[in-house]
Amino acid sequence: MGKTIAEKIFDSHLIDNPHGDMHIIRLDAVFCHEITTPMAINDLLQRGKDKVFDPDKIKVVIDHVSPAKDSKTAQQGKILRDWTRRHQIPDFFDIGRNGVCHALFPEKGFVRPGFTITMGDSHTCTYGAFGVFSPGVGTTDTEVAILKGICAFRYPKTIKIDISGRLKAGVFAKDVILHIIGQIGVNGATDKVIEFAGPVVDEMDMAARMTLCNMAVEAGGTCGICYPDMHTVDYLWPYIQAEYSSKEAALAAFQPLASDPDADYEAVITIDVSELSPMVTHGNQPDRVKPVEEMQGTVVDQVYIGSCTNGRIEDLQAAASALGKNKISPRVRAILSPATPETYQKALDQGLIKIFMDAGFCVTNPTCGACLGMSNGVLAEGEVCASTTNRNFNGRMGKGGRIHLMSPATAAATAVAGHIANSSLYRKDK
Amino acid sequence: MKSFNGKVLFLDRSDINTDEIIPAKYLTEISKEALKPHLLEDLSLEEFDPQTDHADKNVILSRSNFGCGSSREHAPWALEVNDINLVIAASFARIFRQNMYNNGMMAMELPPETIDRLFSSFSGAETTLETNLHEQVFIFRTADREECVSFDLSGFDRELVEAGGWVEYADSKY
Repeated sequence: MGKTIAEKIFDSHLIDNPHGDMHIIRLDAVFCHEITTPMAINDLLQRGKDKVFDPDKIKVVIDHVSPAKDSKTAQQGKILRDWTRRHQIPDFFDIGRNGVCHALFPEKGFVRPGFTITMGDSHTCTYGAFGVFSPGVGTTDTEVAILKGICAFRYPKTIKIDISGRLKAGVFAKDVILHIIGQIGVNGATDKVIEFAGPVVDEMDMAARMTLCNMAVEAGGTCGICYPDMHTVDYLWPYIQAEYSSKEAALAAFQPLASDPDADYEAVITIDVSELSPMVTHGNQPDRVKPVEEMQGTVVDQVYIGSCTNGRIEDLQAAASALGKNKISPRVRAILSPATPETYQKALDQGLIKIFMDAGFCVTNPTCGACLGMSNGVLAEGEVCASTTNRNFNGRMGKGGRIHLMSPATAAATAVAGHIANSSLYRKDK
Repeated sequence: MKSFNGKVLFLDRSDINTDEIIPAKYLTEISKEALKPHLLEDLSLEEFDPQTDHADKNVILSRSNFGCGSSREHAPWALEVNDINLVIAASFARIFRQNMYNNGMMAMELPPETIDRLFSSFSGAETTLETNLHEQVFIFRTADREECVSFDLSGFDRELVEAGGWVEYADSKY
């Protein structure tokens, strides 16, 4: 029997099997941010175990509230800052060099095919786009990961989603993943890895694959995962060129990770996306999904473009194309948060920031802020937000606020219309 | 080892997420105790009053996919500081479930039909639960009724509960 990509990575990192289905694996990288790590650091200090397993394998960022909004968030940043200095952790991204973790760390070359990575953040599943086993974990798992470089998981079972067909113009990875979550439900993949494969995934760039894998957890998935290919090599090349004689050599090294043809899956779901239209959520769960057409006219108060799901340069380009020279509706406020400084700089260089500002967007620094209602765009009671983020839970972006999840292009069109609307990029007949 | 006995809080809904258990605005706290007044503050459930309804409870009974969403361990901590160390549900989100055992707490799955029966037999009545870890049995009691329900605590989960959590377990073993 062959193996899935997740099984191959898991098996090559296995160090113990203490009981039944529970396995201890070695971690190649442990990522940390200021919301879930300080409590781990404080606990280690209290236990007299203020140590790290390997400072070079720990990557740290302040991203959830940046810059600090009050004394408490300033203190969280300080705990992280002091800790990285104390242990000489070289890769610490403080205010100014920081971005949304799941956009920043891939951009820095820290995510490599075949890796195991954990972070105290549910959207750690994003890194699967690179052919990585990367489940989100809690603070205690992060504490042990920092100390020992290990984590415990059940042996990974996989649901394969084979995506075929051809996406229409104006239909994006976000629409595909919303459609998939709508099909399998918010716990359709609980305790399972979601493997995204097929010709549509093969054609997707890394940004689109990250959007797919990012929302695996919204279906309960342990992580999303894609096969590494030339898109992966091209993205990583600046960071790996010293290790491989050519891109072809790197590809040859990564390709054996792909699932074997006779691998065993929990389920294989085949989806043809040729007729898929732009999608949007309704209600309070990410599996409540409808075509934008059916939600057309729903009035919104705020539009938010950003986050680990859709705050990358490709997302900003799509949104800017959808905006064109239009101004946003006078009844709407719109916020753009480029996910990383590099994305921000590219958006400036490419003239995108001017398009957003001319349209009437507020452009903020990179931060997770508004997505989870912590800062930089919190909703008031009864307000509605069109958002490119990942969760439409009741009150997620502010108590009593409602959220409709959508692609950056749909969000931009919605900002112009003042209500949920399809973008002009969408061609129903193509 | 923590206590898994006490009064039962019935939360008759699926997909209760960690944003509802403890809203993100409290994630700026760096002590577990500070979470105490905010448990279930944003729970969407008819007639549930977060100020009074969980005050003297020690066990939660709920439906499927409990603890979905954010990985925040603040959710189990908010339960822990309110003396709730056991959640029984038809299913759990993976991260929440692991976070519970990592703190030496319990997240126990029971078959959906058992959960249905427990809701119809006990919800509405003041119910207490006694956990017999050795026999792997929950005993639900009201003034006039009693029901025993067996459960299956796997070897690894049991060791985490007995050790007091994953840090203790991992540090002694690896």
